[in-house]
Amino acid sequence: MNFLYAAYTATWVIHVGYLVTLGLRYARLKREIDDMSRKDA
Amino acid sequence: MKKAFPILALLTAALLGYALYQALIVAPREQTMGDVQRIFYYHVPSAWTAFLLFFINFLASLQYLVRRNANTDKVANWVVLTIAVLTCVAAAVIGFVPALKSALPEGVQLSSIATTGPLIAGLYFLVRKLFSVEAADALAVTTAEVGVVFCTVVLVTGPLWARPVWGIWWTWDVRLTSTLVLWLIYVSYLVLRRFSSSGQTPALAAALAVFGALDVPLVYFSIWIFRTQHPQPVIGGGGSIDPRMLHVLLINWLAFLCLAFLVCWVRYRLELLKRQVEETQALEALLEPRSAVP
Repeated sequence: MNFLYAAYTATWVIHVGYLVTLGLRYARLKREIDDMSRKDA
Repeated sequence: MKKAFPILALLTAALLGYALYQALIVAPREQTMGDVQRIFYYHVPSAWTAFLLFFINFLASLQYLVRRNANTDKVANWVVLTIAVLTCVAAAVIGFVPALKSALPEGVQLSSIATTGPLIAGLYFLVRKLFSVEAADALAVTTAEVGVVFCTVVLVTGPLWARPVWGIWWTWDVRLTSTLVLWLIYVSYLVLRRFSSSGQTPALAAALAVFGALDVPLVYFSIWIFRTQHPQPVIGGGGSIDPRMLHVLLINWLAFLCLAFLVCWVRYRLELLKRQVEETQALEALLEPRSAVP
């Protein structure tokens, strides 16, 4: 049973971890866009 | 499309929850392996999803390479059409010649031969219709990255299943090794995209992806061609499966496909946004007065 739970947990850790990296990348891009619009203003 | 995203995300979450319930509670307990066999409901759909994403990456990369030149584009279109027609003709010929039909490997059916070519051609022209050359490149990056995530799940859940069943975490047999090589190829593709800033990077990466995709059929068919520790495929192969287990497997695959679609959607939008920002920054850098230059 431990192996079963470990496999299911690992799967979701990998997927959620990837989604978090996507969120961080999006936040960084958003910051860059804000910086650019401030410069233009 | 933006409005549809939250609805699709909710539906996918509900489907994933339902699939998890089916896998852990509803699916029958396997007699020999016991509950640990339920890893199968995450391991196999993840592998199928990764293969599909790598295949789309292959089509998108191929299109990025051939559509930059009108002549190669035309030739590629004809080659794809020819492959579609030839597979149908081959299936018809094999169907009429009993000697050829009996020589087919176990698990390979005429219907799968006949549909493979048109399916490939259909996907090829769908990608061609929906994505411009640059968008095809963005699609290739997206599918490679999400494919690596699913392939990572396969490589992590595989040993966690193998340890209690085979008594070992890993063995260097063809199926396992070719899957690891596949993962390494696409990781190197992503590293190339991330750390090379040359103008030729997308073309080089596309060429790498086209060669990398050759490993996908090797991974899939390795259990037919070679003698391996890995079990036979449960669908279309030498293995067999309880219909209730098959039902749970397909529900989990559908849930993972929906998840992959949504994640690809987000990643694709992010890639397009990133490219827009980079273009604007490059343009601004060109337009800035060069006051710092003596």
